Amino acid sequence: MRIGVITFPGSLDDRDARRAVRAAGAEAVALWHGDHELGGVDALVLPGGFSYGDYLRCGAIASLSPIMSEVADAAGKGMPVLGICNGFQMLTEAGLLPGGLIRNDHGTFIRRDQRLRVENAGTAWTNGFAAGEEIVIPLKNGEGEYVASAETIQRLEDEGRVVVRYLGVNPNGSINDIAGVCNERGNVVGLMPHPEHATEPGFGPDTDAAMRSGVDGLTFFTSAIAALTAA
Amino acid sequence: MPTIVVDVMPKAELLDPQGKAIAGALARTGRGAFDVRQGKRFELTTEGPVDDELLASVRAIAEDVLSNGVIEDVVGLRVLDDADREA
Repeated sequence: MRIGVITFPGSLDDRDARRAVRAAGAEAVALWHGDHELGGVDALVLPGGFSYGDYLRCGAIASLSPIMSEVADAAGKGMPVLGICNGFQMLTEAGLLPGGLIRNDHGTFIRRDQRLRVENAGTAWTNGFAAGEEIVIPLKNGEGEYVASAETIQRLEDEGRVVVRYLGVNPNGSINDIAGVCNERGNVVGLMPHPEHATEPGFGPDTDAAMRSGVDGLTFFTSAIAALTAA
Repeated sequence: MPTIVVDVMPKAELLDPQGKAIAGALARTGRGAFDVRQGKRFELTTEGPVDDELLASVRAIAEDVLSNGVIEDVVGLRVLDDADREA
């Protein structure tokens, strides 16, 4: 199983994402935004960071990268695609996911270990969770407020396309506490929090058991492997 | 060389945290109570004559690239004339 991680100019979390892919048991393939080439991978991760320095709008210029036409084709054919943070912003800018991300309502950058509820455990990236399961993974963003028209929000809620929702604290003012959404088919998922930063004991959020032992993010990656194995 | 100016604003129904921060600073410094919204101005300078075809393509660029229709509106598109330039 080969999962590609695309590096854009200004990506920060591409190496962590590749490490998470390996921790989940797949081969991580480094891809470059300027190529028209997906290297025969089975799934794709668009990582976090500040592509193009957030010029124009977060993810906007990256969404016009050469590789994004291949990403759109692959997503249309059902390939699992995960956008994390800046990657989520790119997927909305590319029109592969509905809605948009704007500056946090409180106006400042925020970093915290964030409690989430997995609302949809049927997607390519969340099938290893139980529906309603509560998890904790890191969140870090300045422009993470999820917004969409009232009709779009209603449709997402009705169709169960809110994948993860903020619990306890809404860290950025997102409508309906939405932390992540998916496309109609459930193969394309985007979320603001960072599953790749909670995949190895010693480097994740604190848990009741031990400091930094949280590995709830790993299930996103093992889910994709399971989805591909089942396909 | 002619310049086309495109103005983009965050959608009226969305909170604009930048505008809110500016309004807060104005109030704190005793400069008055205002609602403030912050937008963007783009200047596209080109060699060619500004004809209907070019304006149509700049309109498309404004809507597809310079703004994101989910969160922003294009609120202005005009050709900068020489009087504007000297001002």
